[in-house]
Amino acid sequence: MLGAVSTPNADPFPSTYRPFASRPTLIRNVTILTAAGPTIRGGSVLLREGKISEVGAAVTPPADAVVIDGSGKYVTPGIIDNHSHIGAGGSPSDQGAQMNDVNEATAPVTAHVWVEHSVWPQDPKFPRSLAGGVTTIQVLPGSANLIGGRSAVLKLVPSRTVQGMKFPGAKYGLKMACGENPKRVYAARGPATRMANVAGYRAAWIQAEGYRRRWDKWSADRKGDPPTRDLGLETLAEVLRGNILVHNHCYRADEMAQMMDIAREFGYRIRSFHHGVEAYKIADLLSRDSISASVWADWGSFKLESVDAVKANMAILNRAGVRTVMHSDDAGGEQRLNQEAAKAMAEGNRIGVPVTEDEAIKWMTIHPAWSLGIDGVTGSIERGKNADVVLWSANPFSVYSRAEKVWIDGAMVFDRLDPSSQWRTDFELGFVPANRGGSQ
Amino acid sequence: MRARLAAAAAAVVLLPGVVHAQTIAIVGGRVHPVSGPTIENGTVLIRDGKIAAVGASVAVPAGAQRIDATGKVVTPGLVNGSTQVGLVEISSVPSTTDNAARGRDGIAAAFRPWEGLNPRSVLIGPARASGITSAVVMPTGGLISGQGAVIHLLDGLAPEMILRAPVAMVATLGPASGPTGMPRAETMYRLREILDDARVYRTRRADFERAQTRDFAASRLDLEAMLPVLAGTMPLVVNVNQASDIDAAIAVAREYRIKLIISGGAEAWMVADRLASAKIPVLVGAMNNIPESFATLGQRQENAGLLAKAGVPVTLVGNGSMGPDVAFNAGNLRYDAGNAVAYGMDWNAALRAITLTPAETFGVADRVGSLTVGKMADVVIWSGDPFEFASQPERVFVNGVQSTVPTRQDLLENRYKTLPPSYRAP
Repeated sequence: MLGAVSTPNADPFPSTYRPFASRPTLIRNVTILTAAGPTIRGGSVLLREGKISEVGAAVTPPADAVVIDGSGKYVTPGIIDNHSHIGAGGSPSDQGAQMNDVNEATAPVTAHVWVEHSVWPQDPKFPRSLAGGVTTIQVLPGSANLIGGRSAVLKLVPSRTVQGMKFPGAKYGLKMACGENPKRVYAARGPATRMANVAGYRAAWIQAEGYRRRWDKWSADRKGDPPTRDLGLETLAEVLRGNILVHNHCYRADEMAQMMDIAREFGYRIRSFHHGVEAYKIADLLSRDSISASVWADWGSFKLESVDAVKANMAILNRAGVRTVMHSDDAGGEQRLNQEAAKAMAEGNRIGVPVTEDEAIKWMTIHPAWSLGIDGVTGSIERGKNADVVLWSANPFSVYSRAEKVWIDGAMVFDRLDPSSQWRTDFELGFVPANRGGSQ
Repeated sequence: MRARLAAAAAAVVLLPGVVHAQTIAIVGGRVHPVSGPTIENGTVLIRDGKIAAVGASVAVPAGAQRIDATGKVVTPGLVNGSTQVGLVEISSVPSTTDNAARGRDGIAAAFRPWEGLNPRSVLIGPARASGITSAVVMPTGGLISGQGAVIHLLDGLAPEMILRAPVAMVATLGPASGPTGMPRAETMYRLREILDDARVYRTRRADFERAQTRDFAASRLDLEAMLPVLAGTMPLVVNVNQASDIDAAIAVAREYRIKLIISGGAEAWMVADRLASAKIPVLVGAMNNIPESFATLGQRQENAGLLAKAGVPVTLVGNGSMGPDVAFNAGNLRYDAGNAVAYGMDWNAALRAITLTPAETFGVADRVGSLTVGKMADVVIWSGDPFEFASQPERVFVNGVQSTVPTRQDLLENRYKTLPPSYRAP
């Protein structure tokens, strides 16, 4: 490398995460929703050296294994939320607390910002999401901007630094946003219309194309001074090279179809449409372009572009073969993605677009993992994958079920039955009564 | 002229809610009257829009419509104790939001939001289809937001939907980060100032009309609206979260002999004994555990269960993002009850907290909130445990009438379940 000369596309804030200490753990006599195949009843799963080492009907535990009886309980992969703002929007969020670092609403294109630089590892929302069985999240910049900046994929583990939470090897995401939010935020200076939104994306990609060409040429021949670095264009060029995944906030079907054309024009892929309250209207188009749909169970009517929200959105998408993701965009919802999925599954079954539990479990595990490009290492209960696992007190699609134990890379990081072991952030000490374990 | 009169008369007769359905017998279900113990294999008899009988051995009259509820669960229609349904259609579009008055200096005591109730809100149907048959609609914002009402979710005109109004005055106390922007003690002295002025106004109306009183801190209509609160005939709902702020609200209520209802109550569990001994009803959510503000540091999901155990009259409401407080999701209330149970609340207590307790708290328990003879026939037949996601409200009766009007969401789902031919090209 060039020593002191900074170069693009390096990893300037590398993950320092290391799996926590773990013991071989066997969970047996348990119902396993694998997100990879049919439900295994009365099965066993062995976690060893950070990985899922065995899954099946009968697994012989090593002599030193902790054995947990899972009778009446369920095992699922760790829940993954691909649309979170926790850490970047910290709590408490009182006026004057200056904890809202989600939207850099100063210009419509802020591809140069990286949301990890907003993440406060002591946000008390992290342990609460973990207690909801969530093991991995994508923190996204907000939706004020056409292009909002880079996302961060994090593991929900206690750490003094955000680097200590970063998911090793996960690609960055890029947040883009359609529709009402950018045009509302920039009404005075533009974009003030949806047509100017589209002009804004295209102008940014045109610049990014040129930037990529200049750098790719220089990287190949190393002649003369390198081109001047531009943080924003570096991010966009990495999207064009396929190294950063696009997460596009978009509500309306017609706007999603336009974003798909823009992606084709500039040769990038949209990995997921987020919110997509009208995604059910274009399930065929999403399926055709292999774009995942990250949606809610039942958010709607909070702005005009959300009035066509239907609770069968996920079921209709699921039937069309779209990779359907239950996302939250909300710290409370993130703790209960299993309940959100249960609602969406019930609505499909009510209207005759059936959804099975084996499908619905994917909405919050392997599908979001795919949307983040980490489905090769997590998101399902399969031999060799990271041991990101949840033991639920009952069927996770029941309102009465709660995550009882959670493992990340084979290490138990949450145990509802042992409140004294539970993660409390620095902020909580002295401020928050030590009572929230929920087992009183 | 005569023909037009006849048509008008026919229109009156055809008004939904005026016409009552035939006699209906719901038989074989697991009946939760809420006002009494669960009845296995029970019968609920509906006649002329009222509950005519409830029990294990009720004779079904000849000619009654018989509905087999074997394997199903029968409950009263649910009462959403705090929501915006009918007042807010699209929250970001001001012309469709009628829940928050501008008021004067944070005071809007005279605000009666039900006068802006939209009986054609497309969010009423989904709420009803989810088992909600009555809802307390609350004004929001400012120090004194205005007055709440209980509406009946029937298919009809706005006046027919008003079950009782007003039912409460709504105020907000607490920290400067709250909607009033005032520090705690300022919210207290402003409230006292209004109450004191209302007292003076009550005895010196004539002097006021002749401009022979000192200036009051609120307008005539706002002072007038506060009189039932002072008289103890209209409860005061106080939105407040921190334990010490709840204690402060209790103190003011005692000082002025006000009937107090606590809403929000994030830290109410810390003062459960005092709330119980003063018999102060509390409206709380069951799905909040994030210290989202310094006033809610002690927020926890066990709140409702702990309060109920202490003997506090608990009404479960939504107070989270997109929860049942939001009009679009008013029907999600049953999941809050389920979550409350998951965090320690007794199942029957949770059902009561979304039926009879809110009805009692807001003075409509003579007509709704339980399956009791003589009450309005607001009844829901569930396919299973009403708190479970997989269960569906299969039939919902309001005044003994089952609405069959498809909701806007039904229409959209039906349109896109199979793509219409005209939409086949992208």
